[in-house]
Amino acid sequence: MNSETMKKTPLTEVCRASGGKMVPFAGYEMPVQFSSTMDEHLAVRRGVGLFDVSHMGEVFVTGPDALKLLQQLTCNNVEKLKDGQIHYSGLMYPEGTFVDDLLVHRFDERRYMLCVNAANRDKDVRWILEHQTGDVQVEDASDRYAQIAIQGPKALETVQPLVDVDLSAIKYYWFTEGHVDGVPAIIARTGYTGEDGFELYVANEPAPKIWQRLMETGRPFGVVPCGLAARNTLRLEAKMALYGNDIDNTTTVLEADLGWICKLQKDDFIGKAVLLKQKEEGLRRKLVGFEMLDRGIARDHYPVFVDGQPFGHVTSGSYAPYLQKNIGLAYLPAEHAAVGTKFAVEIRGKQVAAQVVETPFYKRSY
Amino acid sequence: MYSDDYLYTKEHEWVRVENGEVTMGITHHAQEELGDIVFVELPEVGKVLAAGDTLGSIESVKAVSDVYAPVSGEVIVANDLLTDKPELINQEPHGGGWIAKIRLSEKSELDGLLSADDYEAYLGEEKKH
Repeated sequence: MNSETMKKTPLTEVCRASGGKMVPFAGYEMPVQFSSTMDEHLAVRRGVGLFDVSHMGEVFVTGPDALKLLQQLTCNNVEKLKDGQIHYSGLMYPEGTFVDDLLVHRFDERRYMLCVNAANRDKDVRWILEHQTGDVQVEDASDRYAQIAIQGPKALETVQPLVDVDLSAIKYYWFTEGHVDGVPAIIARTGYTGEDGFELYVANEPAPKIWQRLMETGRPFGVVPCGLAARNTLRLEAKMALYGNDIDNTTTVLEADLGWICKLQKDDFIGKAVLLKQKEEGLRRKLVGFEMLDRGIARDHYPVFVDGQPFGHVTSGSYAPYLQKNIGLAYLPAEHAAVGTKFAVEIRGKQVAAQVVETPFYKRSY
Repeated sequence: MYSDDYLYTKEHEWVRVENGEVTMGITHHAQEELGDIVFVELPEVGKVLAAGDTLGSIESVKAVSDVYAPVSGEVIVANDLLTDKPELINQEPHGGGWIAKIRLSEKSELDGLLSADDYEAYLGEEKKH
């Protein structure tokens, strides 16, 4: 893909001007790194970092039958959501595998916003439209929204001076509508880093100015712009799944160790029958977190060996900048998935010892 | 940035020749491309390598990259400091971040390496693609 066919986010040029090293990602020209992935990662763990996440999709599902449709399409229990609440969920195939993973925001009983992966956006919208029944409208509003993530222990203090709502009143995984720098915004206390933080959804046009304002209000806390590489190492330390790596159309929500978003007691939803059966019969494999015991960094797609036999590959692997360990995720046979189990990762032709560990690798202490 | 006292390879290594010994490392450009370096696999001392053989590897947060022998010869010293301080390659790629010293077996191989000017021209070419 060349730069002419790549889409720009409203913040692509701001990121480039700030020294972002731009790469193609999900069809967009996005910053992979600014100064240093390590510095960006640590800034988010210790202070605050800004991310352009405008590539993410925003899909509005509205109407009297919106709740019913989302209950049918996703595995978490949408009925439990209160106005202003958000949950993580999966858009399911009949096999109990992922069309996508997503955040569901409830404005009220008849209005929801789905935040979906950029690479899956068109597929998701098609899937939702194919299953649309009753009185419900589906609108892909992605091209109208910029999205900025402000992440880190100092995120609240960075955003508060620019908004007209009391951010401390918004609980984690809740949101409100307000204004940022005078501009209407959806202000959600969510993120993909394992830190406290906010994700601001605003119109495209004012986004660059808001980004600059956040760079100013965040300055006392050492704010830095962060790229996709730091976003990836941060989410991996927090064991948050990445679609296309850790989860996809071949992995079920149960295998992915995401049972907590899979509400098998709720009324029928797509995939439920297969997932119920899988739960009864037991899983064949399970996504685990591991640490390398010997020297070497396990990276995405490196082969995994259990008792000398090949068993899939590393779905995500990296040096973990905050933990200063080499960590990763992989599907292991369910009977070899307990914490403490040893296995091997083939790193450039050599089998190197690894061990299943408790996850998340990193959990914030505040 | 690129000293005339060194020679360079298209694989982004530099060499400095002294009395039939070659000190080598990766170039400023290479470390910049790799980003934060977190692990260096050094060559074994005594190993005899042909030019182009894999000499070791460098891992950054985002990628792993092989390091190739820029010339043929025996590895006589490896920079053990890099085991605990791999970031030296980021900080001083052309100095304290050197990787190994090789006893040169084919002096004529040096003729095939790039001068500083040639290397900079090569970087310019690469950028266009």
